[in-house]
Amino acid sequence: MQRCGVIICRYSTVYDPNEKTFDKILIANRGEIACRVIKTCKKMGIKTVAVHSDVDSSAVHVKMADEAVCVGPAPTSKSYLNMDAIMNAIKQTGAQAVHPGYGFLSENKEFAKRLEAEGVTFIGPDTHAIQAMGDKIESKLIAKAAKVNTIPGFDGVVKDAEEAVKIAGEIGYPVMIKASAGGGGKGMRIAWNDEETREGFRFSSQEAASSFGDDRLLIEKFIDNPRHIEIQVLADKHGNALWLNERECSIQRRNQKVVEEAPSTFLDPDTRRAMGEQAVSLAKAVKYSSAGTVEFLVDTKKNFYFLEMNTRLQVEHPITECITGLDLVQQMILIAKGYKLQQKQSDIPINGWAIESRVYAEDPYKSFGLPSIGRLSQYQEPLDLPNVRVDSGIQEGSDISIYYDPMISKLVTYGKTREEALKKMEEALDNYVIRGVTHNIPLLREIIVHPRFVSGDISTKFLPEVYPDGFKGHMLTAGERRELLATAAALYVAAQLRSQKFLGDLRVSIVPAESRQWELCVELDQGVHMLGVSRSGNNYTVEIDGEKVEVSGEWNLASALLPITINGKHRNLQFKLRVLSKLAAYLSKHMPEKIPEDTSSILRSPMPGSVVAVSVKPGDNVAEGQEICVIEAMKMQNSMTAAKTAKVKSVHCKAGDTVGEGDLLVELE
Amino acid sequence: MAIYALMRSSLGLLHGLKCSFKSVGQIPYGAATGAITQAKGLQNARCYSVNHLSVQERIEKKRKAALTGGGQLRIAAQHKRGKLTARERLELLLDPDSFVEYDMFVEHRCSDFGMEADHNKYPGDSVVTGQGRINGRLVYVFSQDFTVFGGSLSGAHAQKVCKIMDQAMMVGAPVIGLNDSGGARIQEGVESLAGYADIFLRNVMASGVVPQISLIMGPCAGGAVYSPALTDFTFMVKDTSYLFITGPDVVKSVTNEDVTQEELGGAKTHTTVSGVAHRAFENDVDALLNLRDFFNFLPLSNKDPAPVTECHDPRDRPVPGLDTIVPFESTKAYDMLDIVHGIVDEREFFEIMPNYAKNIVVGFARMNGRTVGIVGNQPKVASGCLDINSSVKGARFVRFCDAFNIPIITFVDVPGFLPGTAQEYGGIIRHGAKLLYAFAEATVPKITVITRKAYGGAYDVMSSKHLRGDVNYAWPSAEVAVMGAKGAVQIIFRGKENQAEAEAEYVEKFANPFPAAVRGFVDDIIQPSTTRKRICRDLEVLASKKQTNPWKKHANIPL
Repeated sequence: MQRCGVIICRYSTVYDPNEKTFDKILIANRGEIACRVIKTCKKMGIKTVAVHSDVDSSAVHVKMADEAVCVGPAPTSKSYLNMDAIMNAIKQTGAQAVHPGYGFLSENKEFAKRLEAEGVTFIGPDTHAIQAMGDKIESKLIAKAAKVNTIPGFDGVVKDAEEAVKIAGEIGYPVMIKASAGGGGKGMRIAWNDEETREGFRFSSQEAASSFGDDRLLIEKFIDNPRHIEIQVLADKHGNALWLNERECSIQRRNQKVVEEAPSTFLDPDTRRAMGEQAVSLAKAVKYSSAGTVEFLVDTKKNFYFLEMNTRLQVEHPITECITGLDLVQQMILIAKGYKLQQKQSDIPINGWAIESRVYAEDPYKSFGLPSIGRLSQYQEPLDLPNVRVDSGIQEGSDISIYYDPMISKLVTYGKTREEALKKMEEALDNYVIRGVTHNIPLLREIIVHPRFVSGDISTKFLPEVYPDGFKGHMLTAGERRELLATAAALYVAAQLRSQKFLGDLRVSIVPAESRQWELCVELDQGVHMLGVSRSGNNYTVEIDGEKVEVSGEWNLASALLPITINGKHRNLQFKLRVLSKLAAYLSKHMPEKIPEDTSSILRSPMPGSVVAVSVKPGDNVAEGQEICVIEAMKMQNSMTAAKTAKVKSVHCKAGDTVGEGDLLVELE
Repeated sequence: MAIYALMRSSLGLLHGLKCSFKSVGQIPYGAATGAITQAKGLQNARCYSVNHLSVQERIEKKRKAALTGGGQLRIAAQHKRGKLTARERLELLLDPDSFVEYDMFVEHRCSDFGMEADHNKYPGDSVVTGQGRINGRLVYVFSQDFTVFGGSLSGAHAQKVCKIMDQAMMVGAPVIGLNDSGGARIQEGVESLAGYADIFLRNVMASGVVPQISLIMGPCAGGAVYSPALTDFTFMVKDTSYLFITGPDVVKSVTNEDVTQEELGGAKTHTTVSGVAHRAFENDVDALLNLRDFFNFLPLSNKDPAPVTECHDPRDRPVPGLDTIVPFESTKAYDMLDIVHGIVDEREFFEIMPNYAKNIVVGFARMNGRTVGIVGNQPKVASGCLDINSSVKGARFVRFCDAFNIPIITFVDVPGFLPGTAQEYGGIIRHGAKLLYAFAEATVPKITVITRKAYGGAYDVMSSKHLRGDVNYAWPSAEVAVMGAKGAVQIIFRGKENQAEAEAEYVEKFANPFPAAVRGFVDDIIQPSTTRKRICRDLEVLASKKQTNPWKKHANIPL
């Protein structure tokens, strides 16, 4: 390709404002993806219309667009999913085309139809493809017909154990035996050999009979420890289709992607080509046009199986853009206008490596991420670093509300090699400043430096396997710990010295405490460390357990990030700790311990959200584990249960209430 | 002989040489085989030094006794209660080695009830006093010693406190009192009462001259509570301190109410219900470290300008978050603290009374290093309206700032005074007038920013141009009007149909900053994100502001 070997995190495509596409495009979405689409429209000389709910009226995407229309109140069903209002906005503004982004109406065939009826272009595939790929069974049949690998299995009913063994042999081990009427894991067995198959058949049919009153069983290939790898395709309305290589999206929590990369460490060129060609043939089979994604499960032996096709722009599209140099939004717009693809398959490069981290407003210490809300009191993207791309739709002062996805941004880094891209990601995460909401950067940073991730040994089970007891935060090595303590101590001294500096004429002179030596006590995750600090100029020598650490830096103590040189190495760190003088630490021994609240008799909301239902009233007797109320937050319903058997003393919430984290819900006696 | 003469004269005249003589005298004494004259001289010297030695020993003994207060047992008991000793507290509050103690040898003078006995005398009595430095700056301190007679106030105790207060006023330096006292020294009777009154008088005389801060670190009951009440700021330690006029037992006998000490006068009560205390801290260490930070905001006296510290936060830093903070719907709340934190240096805001009358926010911060007092209506609580409690809270803070040359920055989003019988019967007219009075009489630099609503009389009160505001800004979201659109329309167009249309017209006319701006009642309409830059620049200019009120004996604020 034209720019082989050049490090680019930018697009290599050319924007020609004279290229006739659309005069005005409405973006039926919000947040980062709306901003992302608007950016490309601007480059192409297209006017943009944003739609927004009333709480989003001062959102970034609204400010970026040339026009904005309010389409309803905060709940998505009344605004971003409100087709009538959006159709009105289109009419009102005269937009010629609609880009749906992802989520919301992006895969809604009804919406695509209505646009078609009004003569407005839908920037995406046609309704036929949306419908065909939207149905799990239909899409699998089409895929099969298009010679795409699907998960092998026996669709009929298995008669007896011996037939099960025979079918299993045909499919290849391991296999999964499951109840035809099943669900929720009941009547499900995994078998690795003939013996286990016989046994599994027996157990499963018993369990199926007792659970569902139906002992019919199915057998299909069990994909052990799969990876989630997807192929980006691009097809025009003239029967041309390309595959733009793969994205590795195996790092997930609760089936939601967290870290993605392109290319995958796992695929060899042959597998890649095979997957790409199958993806393209599927796209052709449904006469697909626009950008789309074919998702595969890939087993440890590099066998791959079709999972589903997403008929829209994916969240993680930027990493494909990074390695191919293509602007996918531009391509979508051109295709929608009827342009032919300019590239041939041989033009599609893999230039370098790109990694994307999804930065979420959520608490990573609670099941790898429970939503958090709040106002971004401080927000600084690490954009001063080269080869870093941040796709976001928020800014300092923005609210992360309970109504929408809690994603703050997509942080993408790029490098010639994976190693380089990872190094850059580490640096970018360390330089990212987010204050006001809890965020998942601690988890992201752990993932990208984890030896298993670094070596490419990942699967969709990565998080639960690596952190079986949940994520507990970074475990500092002895060296890191020392550096961190030394830094904290040096900063404390710098701040103390600064607080003695009074300017202007003073009636009563200052007698600064002129010490060159400080004895400090630093508390870090329950550990307490005594250390000595001596200073000369901007250089601090910190003595910890007989070892000396040199810390230096010219610090602006108002800045959220302080560049620090430790033993000559440059570091940026973000951590929480507490520094006390030796005296204060010593005297703290006498301080009374605060008695923690008895949490068994009070129920507090673990996260911000809305109360869906309250199932108790004062005076009720509840048993331990009994559901007391249900809190919904960002697509998740959480059942809150009683911690003990008791009588309900008081109820502080009702269905429909909005509650904040830590709000009192119910008190027990 | 010459030597001898010198010795004689020095012995008689120079106190300073006694010490050196003592050490010289001891060694030759055992090894004295030299000249008689010399021996005779030494004998004389020995005579003196024996005498001296005993004094020195007594000094050392008394000092040692003073340092241990009520003794190790009581110190251990104090620690067990989760409290530090009077001296430990001072050590933590003041810069290392900066404490200069006064009156270590003072003892109580009571001779009744066996108090004259030696074992009932404690050098220094039940308070430690002196001066020291906090971040290099002078401060006078007293710290009541609960280990000596429960920190009770004797005549001597009061005298010690008065001595440092007198000097603090003469020098012009703040007084910090660490209170931990069971009350009056009952054995001393009226002497103790007189002591309290002596302190009260000094509290009043010092008021507005030097900042006075009380930190309640244990009991403080009966008449004793009035000293903290007269000081500028009263802070408390959670769980271990309480303040009340009469304790639970008396309450029970008089009003038959069952109440615990904590409920009656604990930190929570006084910081949320009564408004007696300005802030509470987790424990002694937390409180004293916070007090050090707090002290840095204050000038030493009314003769000093507001302190300016080294500032790393750029004075012209834009605050983009402010452009979107005020919601479009005027009925929707936002957090005034977000605005305050965004504008001030390094997001550092020392809030005063954060849990009392939360519909107004007051506290100290810095702008380009200079201490400022911040007053802001809090739309998040009761729509930010002014009521009795918030008016009094605001008024007291404004008066402190004015007394001590601290510029006042006011953020206005006020829908008016709170209506209702409770407020009227409670005297909102009288109490609301206090805030009005305080803003009006203040001569320090006054900068006002109207962020949204400024309705009715409350607009006037909140440091408006009419009350000598020096610089008054409006954000584009500001609405200066007599009242909200709905109410106004109901009055102007009473009985008319098309109320909605009339309301829209009213909104168009008045729900914006123009009516105030065209009359010069606001000096400029500014982009919210530039607020910090504007205020820093204005403070620079206003630093030399001179304004005096007419001569009066003292003003008569509606109390």
